[in-house]
Amino acid sequence: MSGKAGASSSNSTNPTNPIGQAIPRASVRRLVTGRGRYTDDMTFARMVHAVFVRSPFAHARILSIDTGEAARAPGVVRVVTGAEVAEVCKPFQVRHAGFPALKVTPQHVLAVDKASWQGEAVAAVVAESRAEAEDAAELVMIEWGELPAVADADAALAPDAPLVHQELGTNEALALTVDGGDVDGAFADADVVVEEEFRFARHTGVTLEPRCIIADYDPSTHALAVHQSHQAPHEMADVYARHLGFPGHNVRVVAPDVGGAFGLKLQPYADEIATCALSMLLGRPVKYTADRLESFVTDIHARGHHVKARMAVSADGDILGLEVDDVYGIGAYSQFPRTSVFEGVHVLRMSGVAYKHTNYRARVRVAYQNKALSGHYRGVGMPIANTVTERLVDMATTELGLDPVAFRRRNYVPSEAYPHTAPTGFSFEYMSLGECLDKLEELVDIPALRAERDSLRADGVYRGIGIATFTETTAISPEYYGKAEIRVAAQESCVVRLEPSGHVRCLIGMTDQGQGTATGIAQVVAATLGVPVDDVEVISGDSAATPYGAGAFASRGAAIGGEVALQASRALKENILAVAAAILQEEPAALDLSDGRIVAAAGGTARMELAEIADIGHFRQNILPPDVQPQFTVARHHVPRALPHLSGNGIQLSYLEVDPGLGAVKLLRHAVVHDCGTVINPLLVHEQIRGGAVQGIGSALYEESVYNNEGQMLNASLADYLVPMAAEIPDIEIADVITPTRSSELGAKGVGEAGVTGASPAILNAINDAIGPLGGRLAEIPATPERILRALGVV
Amino acid sequence: MDDTIEITLTVNGETVTRRTSPRQHLVDFLRGELGLTGSHVGCEHGVCGACTIRLDGRAVRGCLTLAVQADGARVETIEGLTESSEISDLQRLFVERNAAQCGYCTPGMLLTAAELVAAGQAMPRAAIRDFMSGNYCRCTGYQAIIDAIEHVLEARFGAPAKEEG
Repeated sequence: MSGKAGASSSNSTNPTNPIGQAIPRASVRRLVTGRGRYTDDMTFARMVHAVFVRSPFAHARILSIDTGEAARAPGVVRVVTGAEVAEVCKPFQVRHAGFPALKVTPQHVLAVDKASWQGEAVAAVVAESRAEAEDAAELVMIEWGELPAVADADAALAPDAPLVHQELGTNEALALTVDGGDVDGAFADADVVVEEEFRFARHTGVTLEPRCIIADYDPSTHALAVHQSHQAPHEMADVYARHLGFPGHNVRVVAPDVGGAFGLKLQPYADEIATCALSMLLGRPVKYTADRLESFVTDIHARGHHVKARMAVSADGDILGLEVDDVYGIGAYSQFPRTSVFEGVHVLRMSGVAYKHTNYRARVRVAYQNKALSGHYRGVGMPIANTVTERLVDMATTELGLDPVAFRRRNYVPSEAYPHTAPTGFSFEYMSLGECLDKLEELVDIPALRAERDSLRADGVYRGIGIATFTETTAISPEYYGKAEIRVAAQESCVVRLEPSGHVRCLIGMTDQGQGTATGIAQVVAATLGVPVDDVEVISGDSAATPYGAGAFASRGAAIGGEVALQASRALKENILAVAAAILQEEPAALDLSDGRIVAAAGGTARMELAEIADIGHFRQNILPPDVQPQFTVARHHVPRALPHLSGNGIQLSYLEVDPGLGAVKLLRHAVVHDCGTVINPLLVHEQIRGGAVQGIGSALYEESVYNNEGQMLNASLADYLVPMAAEIPDIEIADVITPTRSSELGAKGVGEAGVTGASPAILNAINDAIGPLGGRLAEIPATPERILRALGVV
Repeated sequence: MDDTIEITLTVNGETVTRRTSPRQHLVDFLRGELGLTGSHVGCEHGVCGACTIRLDGRAVRGCLTLAVQADGARVETIEGLTESSEISDLQRLFVERNAAQCGYCTPGMLLTAAELVAAGQAMPRAAIRDFMSGNYCRCTGYQAIIDAIEHVLEARFGAPAKEEG
């Protein structure tokens, strides 16, 4: 095997300690042999298939629906409209206690009266087969009264704009501001002010497995069993119970293998709740699998920002102040239950936080528009904050003729300043900014790269180098959703149990969609207990069988899931050693567990096999003293309370070539240095960074949900919506800086969003470095050939 | 009204006879009628490669092939390639190198890589990247996949000739 992944530094000096080891995931053996089990792979007795009739208009009144012909079509079991489903399913409406001004209106699972985006479901057809349901869906006759649509976020905020929701009286869902320090003074004192107007295209997550759900309602027990491709089965169980009228314990949600999630499979979707409602109406299992067109027009989208920003800088290279003004569109509704405002909150609170300036002013305006909903795609606003900041930094260094590396180092929040509260209001335990920059200079010979770039320019080859520091919040505490009074947990919970065989099972609320979280947790359990990693099975993704957890989002799997696994395993170890002590007539403190054996704490002499303790504890308790009750199942909860969030950070470098005639970009090198605290498994950490970086490169160069002014998505197919392919992506070079958080014993901080968070600013800076000598300047992503040619004045 | 057509084909070495609708895709037939759920459906118009299967020895898109077109043909899927051990080295390297995250693209990716391996020669890394560009992966960023394939090609056929330039 290639040494590239496994050869990295790790924080484990003990070769037998599984933490820090590059251990492959056992579950991949299923995936490579075709034994993965995704939701659509499942089928149940009497199962029927739902297909949704969707609005072809971005904004239109439903004048009438005639379902008669569809209902008579072959195989059709039932056709329902929004009004019928509304009888079993309440509309939902977000609320955020921290933003009482957020303007919201109820959203029905199937549109009633009017549709507010192209793709909103308005009726459902259930049939014996999916093909028959699709045939019949075409026979549902809807008379539409088209309404004026507003697609562009800026246009939506204009005084005379058509309203997405008449009853709100405005398209502005929310406006947020921060004003810290003396911003006007900073700009007045500045020797140089750099200013840019950015556009970040709306795009989406494109999970290769479309959304899929099978709802199975049993009227005899009034219970709902759901299999669903999802990141947060516990949260979904709560949503279904509350919105469909079930006691909480009558709903079970199982997330089997999930074919990509990225935040896209984090919230309830209207059509998924509708599928549950259809199962309730029919009393039989109903499956819904989105097709690719539906995925593009109903999966959550993200980004879609228009930012004006400026930075005040002194002649000797100090950042004096920063001002950011962002408008972004969230689609037709604020996504339930998390709201769609966190993307904007991160722009507001994360811009410029790597730097020690104290003067910051920002405004974010959130607009409703007749488009698909915007949600919590990987990175949530942080790529915007980082791109705005890092682009302005490079513009300042260009203007002043300063070295972009030295300029960053000069302006970073210094190591001794932590804990640090940025002028944005967010606080940071520690950011290893200088260490990451040092590591980048070890990883990439930047002077040599500059020399190569400069010598090639003489030959008419336009290459550019872009570096970008990135900062991220991870593993959020109840200060976010708890304070917002939104039913999204910050905790993770874990049951660890010693099986009669001496093997260990860990049942955890945290979920894994391929990141490798389950393997990392197995490593933590194994390391804490003192058993081989192969002796630990991690079970997750079942809201009934596992203790409550929020699931996968905000880079929290290792940080919070890992920590609760550590705490539970430690407690189990104490219980095991108590039984061992009774058997061996020793003090528990004189014993330890190592490699599946009870050993002497001093010297490590093997005393007893763990399997023997397990056997005695399960079957031969008669040999134990009468007061010894083996407690071989232990549960723990963990809620991060010490800090509002953990602070991840890193730096990325892109080296690329622009063809000034074609506007094409060829990415030649891309490097990432990241600090995720304790590295539990460098193989998996690095593959998270690579995959994330390539998604970020996709958003910088290719990915865009293209809409026209009527709110029609024009590229809703995988042939038209571009994602990165193997040929256009270089190897991603990686190095670690390891600064464990002190807020947990494990010290892990999270890595899932790191790659995506810092890739686009590095790419945009590199493109500008390449086209600057030609007089080009670009502040829009994706940097398509057309946009680059416009920036060069060619077209 | 029966508009189905009877087809007989060999799937992973076993002869199967079924009636199928003329409009049914081969991948839907394999998944739905035969329970071979290792082949996945990603885009349903031949772009993403998740449904890649082998038809009479060649890798094809299961979503662009009708089941009736496979009448009389020899079809192989990830389940069959696993059973025959034809790509066991590729599969082992995918595991070791963590070349699958969510795993949804993986069977299709392996079917395409199997075609590359079956070509019987070493290839420069860039050429492997080009060849694999018909299969989308959203999780890995591709590098681990390319590493695994490159390693297998080298192990089987030796190092590739130096790339020019």
